[in-house]
Amino acid sequence: MSQMNMDVGSALGTSAAVANTLPKMTARDVSVFYGATQALRGVSIDVSTENVTAFIGPSGCGKSTFLRCLNRMNDTVASARVSGDIQLDGKDIYAPDMDVVQLRARVGMVFQKPNPFPKSIYENVAYGPRIHGLARTKADLDIVVEQSLRRAGLWDEVKDRLADSGTALSGGQQQRLCIARAIAVDPEVILMDEPASALDPIATAKIEELIDELRGNYAIVIVTHNMQQAARVSQKTAFFHLGSLVEYGDTREIFTNPREPRTKDYITGRYG
Amino acid sequence: MQGRIRRRYVQERIFRGLGMAALALAAGFLVFLLATIIGSGWNSFRATEVRVTVTFDAARLGVAAAAAKADPQLLAKANFQGIMTDAADAQFGRTVRLVSDGAWLTLRDMAQADPSIIGTTQEVWLLTTSHIDQLAKGAFDLTLAEGDRPVTDADVALWKRLDAEGRLRTGLNMLFLTGADSVDPELAGIRGALVGSFLMLIITLAISFPLGVLSAIYLEEFAPKNRWTDIIEVSINNLAAVPSIIFGLLGLAVFLNTLNMPRSAPIVGGLTLALMTFPVIVIASRAAIKAVPPSIRDAALGIGASPVQVVLHHVIPLALPGMLTGTILGMARALGETAPLLMIGMRAFLTSVPEGFTQPATALPVQIFIWSDNVSRGFVEKTSGAIIVLLIFLLLINGLAIYLRNRFEVRW
Repeated sequence: MSQMNMDVGSALGTSAAVANTLPKMTARDVSVFYGATQALRGVSIDVSTENVTAFIGPSGCGKSTFLRCLNRMNDTVASARVSGDIQLDGKDIYAPDMDVVQLRARVGMVFQKPNPFPKSIYENVAYGPRIHGLARTKADLDIVVEQSLRRAGLWDEVKDRLADSGTALSGGQQQRLCIARAIAVDPEVILMDEPASALDPIATAKIEELIDELRGNYAIVIVTHNMQQAARVSQKTAFFHLGSLVEYGDTREIFTNPREPRTKDYITGRYG
Repeated sequence: MQGRIRRRYVQERIFRGLGMAALALAAGFLVFLLATIIGSGWNSFRATEVRVTVTFDAARLGVAAAAAKADPQLLAKANFQGIMTDAADAQFGRTVRLVSDGAWLTLRDMAQADPSIIGTTQEVWLLTTSHIDQLAKGAFDLTLAEGDRPVTDADVALWKRLDAEGRLRTGLNMLFLTGADSVDPELAGIRGALVGSFLMLIITLAISFPLGVLSAIYLEEFAPKNRWTDIIEVSINNLAAVPSIIFGLLGLAVFLNTLNMPRSAPIVGGLTLALMTFPVIVIASRAAIKAVPPSIRDAALGIGASPVQVVLHHVIPLALPGMLTGTILGMARALGETAPLLMIGMRAFLTSVPEGFTQPATALPVQIFIWSDNVSRGFVEKTSGAIIVLLIFLLLINGLAIYLRNRFEVRW
């Protein structure tokens, strides 16, 4: 137990200072029902571009459900019903005039399991810009693909084999390809649902470095099971338990001086 | 403990043994079936011919060589039957029928190719009647008494004499592949039935593939999951299990009696088979769409693809091999279907090859059914020969399905 706290503490030392500015996304009193069961109870959170926000909590606590509300991926679940208010730049994303396709271009998503399209590496990255008409010529598209792959830290590894299938890459490379694919449509927010849980420690470290580099350009929200990861990459942390937001604050505060006893019990490993 | 381990091993051996026995039995049946059909059917690809000395007498033909050269159309009406009968009667006697009734076509073709033979005498190989053909192929048991076999002693004697004189030969039977049905087995061919089947399958494919694939995509990707879609799903699954003759009755009631479409026509047969194939394609396509991992849909939705883009750009390309395989297997089933075609009048006796979708036609399995009803020894071999052709087509179609599946299957 004490060993773990030390790790968390030392990880905190490397993370950047918390910045406070206007929120990119605001959620107020968000509840989600799957049929008759309530998966999320009145969650309110602000997400800003300057900080990486981590959602932590035990399995089934609603953190992934909440993440999927932020780009309306829950729409694909027939039984899901969302109430409350979520705004992107002050605009309600559940408003009738909000185009959900456009929303998802602005709020990108990286999934738990790397899910590249079974197409070439180039096509994986080029697909988003192509369907949104972001590149007018082939040369423009080449530039977008290269920039996205560079930002995802993958360019040097794949620049000679862009025509190879995206599924032929290693797990870590596939996940960075998925991040490049999300970046390519120039989103404002990137949601990551346990992006490193299927990866080995070295690949995980690369993803974490990448998240840190992307901070400031995109509002990043990451769901993670791994508390040390939350401590390493995030500046804001939200702790969920049984569908409720228990505590939300600066990562340093949450890990060193939690206000709620449940948070303390969780981060010290008493349950989870 | 030891005893239990031994029992487990014995159980395992028994289970393997049973499995292999079942497989061996099935393989045995297959070999028996193929051996029987090929054994009796391969003779239908061969025909016996007799050498006859024919005089192309201009007076008997009613056409002079010079006139025929100037106008080849005249030869179409010339009396080739006459010179053939004259020659056969003169050389083999009036009492036996040796040369096939249709053999005069060979003489006409010769004269049309070279009108200068009119007025000359030629040695010509002519198709024999089915009796002599079957005798030459050894189809009859000659140890039986005359009354117990379909050939007379006179026929046998004639065959033996001709064979000894070297006037008989057995060659490739092109008529079987190029001709339509006939009352004479030696003249009957499967081309009419093949073309009929082909025309029908075009209609079936053109109707059932787009309908089936669109239904499957809508049901899987867009339809809300409620009671109505459940009912539709159950209905489609049941439709696939409905006996094919019911579809025949439906085709009869709807296409012929209500819509007054032409009887015996490939278009009606194709529509009826399309009704039958549609649920098969829907089920196969839905399975193929279900097999596309949801993560691919999530990935595409997550970067802002619209639902239609997700389906067109990702789901369909990945599901297409499965859809095509299901469609091709459905087509194979349609090709082998007989019962519904009987109901819509496609069992007519037709001596010409159909030339369009609305002309009377028959289909290969129906042709097999018609021939199998015929007691003549010549048609027994034709039946097996047509089965061989049908099996070859089915093998080709299934091979194509396997090739497509392996060629375009995406692994991830």
